[in-house]
This record gives sequence, C-alpha cells and structure tokens, in this order.
Amino acid sequence: MKIAVFVNHVPDTEAKVKAGADGRSIDPAGVNFMLNPYDEFAVEEALRTRQALGGEVVVVSLGGDANKETLRKALAMGADKAVLLKDASARDSFGVASALADFAKEYGAEIIFGGKQSIDYEGAQVGGMVAELLGWPSVSVVVKMEIKDGTVIAEREIEGGHEIVHATLPAVVLAQKGLNEPRYPSLKGIMDAKRKPIEEKTPAPVEARVQVTALRNPPAKPPGKIVGTDASAAAELVRLLHEEAKVI
Amino acid sequence: MKILAFAEQRNGQFKKTAFETVAAAASLGGEVTALVIGGTAAAIAPQLGGYGAANVIAAEDPAVELYSATAYAKIIAETAEAAGADVVLLPASAMGKDVAPRVAVKLQAGLAADCTALTAAGGVLTASRPVYGGKGVVDVVVTTPRKVFTLRPNVFTAGAPSGAAASVERRAVSLQPSDLSSAVKEVKQSGGKKDVSEADVVVSGGRGLKGPEHFAMLEELAGLLGGAVGASRAVVDSGWRPHDEQVGQTGKTVSPSLYIAVGISGAVQHLAGMSSSKYIVAVNKDKDAPIFSVADYGIAGDAFEVLPAVTAEVKKLLGK
Repeated sequence: MKIAVFVNHVPDTEAKVKAGADGRSIDPAGVNFMLNPYDEFAVEEALRTRQALGGEVVVVSLGGDANKETLRKALAMGADKAVLLKDASARDSFGVASALADFAKEYGAEIIFGGKQSIDYEGAQVGGMVAELLGWPSVSVVVKMEIKDGTVIAEREIEGGHEIVHATLPAVVLAQKGLNEPRYPSLKGIMDAKRKPIEEKTPAPVEARVQVTALRNPPAKPPGKIVGTDASAAAELVRLLHEEAKVI
Repeated sequence: MKILAFAEQRNGQFKKTAFETVAAAASLGGEVTALVIGGTAAAIAPQLGGYGAANVIAAEDPAVELYSATAYAKIIAETAEAAGADVVLLPASAMGKDVAPRVAVKLQAGLAADCTALTAAGGVLTASRPVYGGKGVVDVVVTTPRKVFTLRPNVFTAGAPSGAAASVERRAVSLQPSDLSSAVKEVKQSGGKKDVSEADVVVSGGRGLKGPEHFAMLEELAGLLGGAVGASRAVVDSGWRPHDEQVGQTGKTVSPSLYIAVGISGAVQHLAGMSSSKYIVAVNKDKDAPIFSVADYGIAGDAFEVLPAVTAEVKKLLGK
C-alpha cells in the first residue's frame, strides 16, 4: 500500500507570538519549530498501517528548507521516504491543500494520514480540502481506526460522544490525540534518517483565496481580582459571579 | 448580500450552534436562508425564523439522518449555488469543521475557520480568529467571490427568538452511492453527560486535586450550575479522567460563560483551550500559578477547603 503522511513544521507550544515586520505573520526570531504534535499520531498510524498491510510510507511537507528537520524526525520514526514541496511563501490552506493533492495524485497514494489540525493556524482545513480535491472520503478527529475490506472504519470525537465512520479507500484520515502512542525515534532510526535523501519538488503556484491582514496579540486582560486565600472568600466569589459577572 | 446558514441538528433537535449561526448571519444584514439536513429536517425548520432566517430549506432523506462528510458537503454546496449565496456560515463544531473545507473547495471559495468575530463594513467582511493557541489573533479577508466561514461555538450569541416565521421548503435529496463514501454508521453517546465544548459552565480539575476520587467535588458543582466537568492534560494522561473531557491543546477548545479552574496551574497548552471563556475563575494554592494571569477572579487557597465552601454558597444562592 502506498501511504502518504502530511507533516507540518510549526512553532513549539511555548513560542512567544509576536508579529514580524509585515504585521501579518509571526516573527520567527527566537522561536523553536517542531513536528506538529497531531502529525506525530499520523506518522505513527501510517507506520502501523504499513506493518499490517505492507507497502511504503512517504512523508511530505510544504515549506522552506527548515521543514527538513521535521521530515527527518518522521524518517527517524521509520518513514521510508521524504519529500519537501519547496515553497517558503505563506500559502493559505487551499494553496497548501492543492500542492499536497497534486503530490498525492502523482505519487499514487492509496491512503493519506495527517493531523486533525496544525497548532499554528489551527484551521483544520487542509485535510478535508485535499480529500475534496481528490474526490476521496475523509474522516477527521480520529481516535481509533482499522482497515477492513477496503474500508476505513474509524471512530471520531464529536461533542458528547463518538461517531463510527465508514470511509472507502482511498481515503484521508486525520488523527486526534488518543489514536495511538507515537514511538520515539531509535538511535539507529536517527542515524539512518540522516543518510536518507529528502526529495525536493516545486509545487505549482496557486492563487490565494484568503488573506491575513493583521496578526496581533489578544488584548491583555486586566489583572484579575484575588478574592481571598481560603474558604472564607467563597461567599464573596459567588456574590461577584452572581452580581458583577452575572454568570450564575 | 445573500447568506446561507447551516443549522446543525442531531436526533431531530437543533444544536445551540444552529441558532448562533443563523443569528450571526442575520446580524450581517442581507437575506438569510438556513439549511437543515436530516431525516426529519422539515419538522424543526420553522424554529429558525425566530433567529432571523427568511427561508429555511429542509433537505430530508433517511440516508442523511446521520452525518456524512461527502453527502453533506454536496447538499450544502448545491443549496448555496441554488440560493445564489455569497456567504456560507457554518458552526466550528465537530461537524462544521469537518464539512466546511469540502464545501469551500466545491464552491471555489476561501474559508476562514473558527472565527470569533465577523464584521461587515463598507462591503468587506473581516473575520478575526485565534491562532497559536490563543496567543495571537489574525484578521482575515476572504478574497474569492463566494466566502465560507465557520464560527466558534458559544461566541456568537443567539439571543431570544422573535416571533418571526420563516417559509420552509422541503427539498428532495438525490444522492449516488459514491456520495456516501464517508458516512457515520453509529453514534456512541458518552452517557448523556454534557460536553465541555457545549456547556455554558465548565468546572475543570488538574493535578492539584491529587486523585481521581476528588473529582466528585467538581461534578457536584458542575451539576448545580448545569455545566460540565473538564480536565487538564496531566490528569487525562494519568488516566484520572477520559480524554473527551480534556481542555486545551490536544483536547477541546471551550468558550463557556464561566470557566472554573481548580488545581490547574495553567500551562500554555491548557490556556490555549480556554482563554476565550467569558469569565475565568481560578482556585489554586500557588498564588504565582500562570492560571491567575488569565483569571477574572481567583482564590489563592487550598482547593479542598475552598471548593466545598463555594459549592455551599452556590447552593444557598440557588436555594437548594
């Protein structure tokens, strides 16, 4: 089976967010980047799928040279091949999805894994767009899955429960935490990953459909009121919630 | 401006986000058509008139009683085409987030997802949406002729319904088997408890509670306030609480009216999931815990003493 995994290179969760000179995107100075956490579950599920059904796992990322670090991490976990769709411009979700869908077609992917969303823009758009562009079914926010007779049987999280979804292959599966426990790369994996080539491709240009006009920090909250330091403050707290905030 | 608002229903009942989505559409000004999809959509469709929908289209078919990403996307996009909609609004719920990217591609439209504000000024719609775990906010303009937006639940308020009526049109659904290539076969409810992402009050616990048995205190308070119990990542990873209660990155994003964090220090990953709550209360022994930096009210004390006292006061207030 030809298995593709889309991985994203994102600022780590501790990163300070400040707009750069353009006022629209993050200033990367002093920011550490990493493999998008949800994509780790996707890589792990791809490796398990390969183990169960055979085939190969190719990891794909769109971005600049910096994304190679994230591709190498996925290689170190055990992916067979890595492809960088080289475009350092800030594409919108559709632009990213178009490039990934083109790649999946050219590669002949039979299943695509990705994370449920990236932790930078948090749009949760790309996976569904790729599926639609390919005319494939998709399942998002997946916490459990198996492949049976050409169908992905997946459990996805919804408000107050789970949905059991059947999606016929080829399909796009978008991972949520809980799907699996991602493996740590072994020392041998890390050494091997250094030697594996990363293929570079230039994706076709796509006209943007969404424009970010400003990135700002949310207004700082005025310091909260410390009502007290023990149980005697409970009455005052409840009074404030009732009379001032009017939420009880 | 013509707007199509997708009104989500499950089990023949509208989700709260259905009213929020229709009301948000009405607040933009213009002609609002609402769409309900389901086995018995027409029965509930008239309710949407009170929130500002002039017309409601009920796409009824047993095949779409349960959600299907592929079939719902087709119906929503076809309805938008037929209604000549310039704008399509959906909730950023599990369903809306799943279907919206497909709808956008079908309509060759740009999509701004999980918006917390949407304003129309001088013919331009500008959306604001949180990014980087709530540490940033971006203003976004969709540049395609048709535009799709998903709205974060609990942020756009629906208000009380007016007595206005909507005209309801029942529309037959014509689907090929391939349109159902992704389909929900079964829904497993988690024991009827309220979901953190839908509750108006969330009482969350962290490591400071010292063990799963102490969550009973939170359940009692949440029950009194008609809310849900949430959990930090640490306690979910320790197996004290199920993952569907986790608030924060790798969990759920919530925007309740009241969020009470008990024994939660407030790591950035947690703040990412709850900082857009309207009022935040923190109860934590450590007065320097980062949770106090986002809290509106705090008690820097021992949760085991403070929480029962708060619960007792709430009981008094509610006359229980």
